[in-house]
Order: sequence, then C-alpha cells, then structure tokens
Amino acid sequence: MLYVLPLRLTARGRGPSAAQIMASVPISEDSRFGLRRQARLTTPLNLSSGARLGPVDIAYETYGAMNTDKSNVILICHALTGDQYVASDHPVTGKPGWWWRLVGAGKPVDPARHFIICSNVIGSCMGSSGPASIDPATGDPHAMRFPVLTIADMVRAQAALLDHLGVERLSAVIGGSMGGMQALTWPTLFPDRVESCIVIASTARHSAQNIAFHEVGRQAIMADPHWRGGDYYADGQVPSAGLAVARMAAHITYLSEAGLTEKFGRRLQGRDTKTFGFDADFQVESYLRHQGLSFVDRFDANSYLYITRAMDYYDIADDHGGSLAKAFTASKARFCLVSFDTDWLYPTTESRIIVHALNASGAQASFVELSSPFGHDAFLLECPELNRVVDGFLKGGRA
Amino acid sequence: MSEALRPDLALIARTVRRGARLLDVGCGDGALMAALRDNAQVDARGLEIDGSNVAAAVGRGLSVVQGDADTDLGYYPDASFDYAILSQTLQTTRRPDLVVEELLRIGRQAFVSFPNFAHWRGRISLLWGGRMPVTRLLPDTWYDTLNIHHVTVDDFRALVKERGWTIDGQWFLKGDRETTHANANLFAEHAVFLLRK
Repeated sequence: MLYVLPLRLTARGRGPSAAQIMASVPISEDSRFGLRRQARLTTPLNLSSGARLGPVDIAYETYGAMNTDKSNVILICHALTGDQYVASDHPVTGKPGWWWRLVGAGKPVDPARHFIICSNVIGSCMGSSGPASIDPATGDPHAMRFPVLTIADMVRAQAALLDHLGVERLSAVIGGSMGGMQALTWPTLFPDRVESCIVIASTARHSAQNIAFHEVGRQAIMADPHWRGGDYYADGQVPSAGLAVARMAAHITYLSEAGLTEKFGRRLQGRDTKTFGFDADFQVESYLRHQGLSFVDRFDANSYLYITRAMDYYDIADDHGGSLAKAFTASKARFCLVSFDTDWLYPTTESRIIVHALNASGAQASFVELSSPFGHDAFLLECPELNRVVDGFLKGGRA
Repeated sequence: MSEALRPDLALIARTVRRGARLLDVGCGDGALMAALRDNAQVDARGLEIDGSNVAAAVGRGLSVVQGDADTDLGYYPDASFDYAILSQTLQTTRRPDLVVEELLRIGRQAFVSFPNFAHWRGRISLLWGGRMPVTRLLPDTWYDTLNIHHVTVDDFRALVKERGWTIDGQWFLKGDRETTHANANLFAEHAVFLLRK
C-alpha cells in the first residue's frame, strides 16, 4: 500500500490546476495568496487541553481577491477527511475540489466577488501540523505525542492564519459536517470577527451515537498490528487495514438506508449466484471495500484518530456553562442553518437545537430542512435548493 | 410594492411602525417581511412550516426559521419583538388560543388575521346547500383543507374578551377593500385584529 507523506508545500507552489475557476481573477503578487500555500506561524497556539503547539504549519488555498475594505472575505471549513482543496483539483486523487458545486465561478461563493480562504485543519495530514508532521524538537514525526486537539483549537489556528493574511473580519464562515462545527464555533470564540455563519448538516455537540461510531473506527486502527502505538512512519508499514475498516464504518453513516437500497439493493457483485464464502458477494460490500482502500491512499491513520477525537470532545454548550444560547450572546452574526431530511448522522433535531438557542439569544437566524435522498453526504452533492439558500443568505447581508 | 401584497398583509404593512422589530409566524415565502424590510426598514424574522417556502424566503435574504407555530414559539424570549404577526394561520393551528397567548408574550402587540367563517356566503352554502362551504376565500374541500379550527369574527371577539386581551385595532375586508365594522360577522370575508395583553 502506497503511503503518501504529508505534502511539503512551498509558498510558490505548482501552477494553478483550477485555471478555469480563476480565469476571471487577477493573480495576486502577494505570495501569501493563491493556490497551494503554506504558512508557518511561529507564535504557539494555546490549546483547549492547556498544552501549547508551535510553530504551527497551516496549508491553505485562497481564491479571488480581497476588496479594498476587506469586506468580502469568506472562510470555508472542511469536514473530517476533507482538505484545503475546496475548489481546485486534488493533488493526490486528481478529483475536482470537494465543494465545487458551491464554490467557483457562477456559484454562490464566487472568486469573482469573494476572497475565499480554505485551510487544512490542524491535526490533519494535507500540509498542516498534525501527528504525521515533523516535531522540530526531535526531528521525528509527532505521532501520538502530538497534543490532543479540539474543534476550538482548529478555529484558533484559522484565526492565526487570518492574522497572517491580514484579515480582521470574515464576511462569512461556511462549513458542512465537521466544517459546520468550526463555523458555529467561530462566533463563540471570536464574536467580533464574524458577520455571518452558515452551518450545514451539522450539530452543536457530538451525541453518544456519534462518539460510538468514532470509537469503532479508532479501535479498528489501533487493533491493526501495523499501528504500533502510532509509530509507523519510519518503515512505511502503515495500519491501512484498520484505517480502511474505520472508513468503511464511517461511510455507512454518511449515506441513507434508502440511498443504499436504491444504489445497491441486494444485488450481487460480478456474479450470478452467491458463493457461500466471504468474498464481496454483494455490491454494497465491494463498494465499501473500495471506499476503505482508496481512503488509505490519501489519509493518515493517526490524523484520523486525532480529528475524530476532536469531534467527540465538541460540545459548545458545555464550553459555556451548559447553555448553548449563552455561547452566542456576544455575537452579532447572522446565522443560516441547513439540515437534510435523510441525514441520520447529524439529523434535523440537532440543527433545531441550535436554532432554538439562537432564537433565545435574539440572534438573526435562518433554518431550513432540505429534502435529499443522499443522507449526510447530501451537503456535498447536487442540491439546487442548497445553492439557492446559501446564495440568498450571503446576498441578504448586503441589503 | 404593497400593491402586490395580499389585502390583509397590505393592511398590516400600512400599520406597522417604521424600524420596528417583528416576528411573522407562518410567513410563507416572506412577501410581507420583504415589503416591510424594503419600505419601512423593519427588522423582520419569520417562522414557517413549509420547507420550500423557507428556502424561497431565505433565498431573498430574509431570516426565516422552519418550524411549527404550535410547538416552536416557546423558544422566543418574552417581549423580544414589537409585533408578532399571525396572518391566515390561526385557523390551521392545533391550539389557536395558546398560539395567540404566545404571540402576546413574544410581541408587545400581535396582529392576527383570519378568514371569517360566518360570512354570509358560507352561511348560505351550509344552510341551503347543506354542504361545507367552498368559496373563493375557502377554496378547499372539507377533507383536504388545512383549516382545522373554523373561527368567526364573533368567536374571536369572545375569545379576546374571555382572556382579557385588549383590541388596539380591528379591520375587516371584503375582497381587497375594507368594509364596515357593523355586522362584520356577516359581511367581512377577512378580519385583522391588533391585540395587546
């Protein structure tokens, strides 16, 4: 199994692969801006755990140009296994940006109008500091010596990146799933820096069921004999089997039962009869195995442990004396929440809890449950109503 | 702008103070909210049960939450709005009396508009035809209508009196024109009340 080390990215990276997206936008002369950037932030971050992390590397991309009063900045936050390539081709998989349906020319978030930032969360493995990156103190990968992170820590790192980029305020912060957790955390940590906040298919806290699924994934990784307490970087023998199982289990939670039935049913894979064995007889098995195997090519198992842990610790109300409404009292941001009717990972009830807290705090809030057959994954897939809602909400702020 | 509004909404739009803060319960696609925002600098929020209506309202830049008047009003703090508005929704709620109580808790004043089921056309339809009225204003048949609590002007006045609410204003509509208060229970197709506790 090929293991891809964290990309060593330089400030002047390879040429833009999303040339079409950027065609109408002047390329900035400032080396901080553009595709495939990496910043080294020397000031250590104070983490939720009390530990300090520094220096911190942040890999990121920017699209479009900041206007003169810096009022058009939008931060996009990615999900658990996402990355900074929100609207440009992925360097490992070659696939288009993970949110090209929402971000790009003619889309609700448009580099012709907005200055768009998307950074890899800390703890991840696409160029930001994480367990796979080198600890300057030892010259070896951090592995499990990397400090345990929270969603708030990811947001603090993004705020430090904004400082580096000279951005004081965000016109909007937008995210789905774990990206939505970061988006929702932003106005609670930095109430003066966020004007609007879009939270899609997300929640204000991880439920027992959410934690339980993550624990299955972590145990699968740690049970892989190649994991070796996380110190697997030296010989390239990575816990790919465990990581693949973790991905398979998680992937089920991203889909709906109806979606799985429609896509696969009980159909057999490349055969007419059951084999009475343990090959992937069913199409759904074959599909999940493929999802698991292709995932290990682009993701680090220790990063998966750290990021799922951060999500499990996530509970905004708990950080504010048990009151979710209190978390938002200092913020003047407008909020837009979207859930999907077939999402059972972060179901509509979770979004409603946030909406009720926002109503109680007097915040300007919108919420809609959209209909989609695709379960949690719907936020990444074709959904014209989502685009309409996001577009209207972003433009509504200028009226 | 207000010409395009439904007559009861146009009436409310004319009465709302500039720059007020209001909650439109059952706001539909946000037509009233948009008119008030654009013409009277009103800070309007909406609650609407239908998802595609909410998407349309948010798509026009309004703050609208998908929810149910019967269950979701409890999450709004006391006196957090100048006005709470319930237009053409009262007769579709499970407990209209409790919904109005909630409106008067959340808003300093509340607009309530509803179709008057005692209008003479409806009476004749029921008296002579022996059938539940299907009229221009009440176009649905008894089995597919959303209206589950049929209310008349006099019924509503009785409820107001019983609960000790104060009527700050009342308007009656026939088609898109205002009509006389006299015999409103017989001649008004629509009633709009402005209440306070």
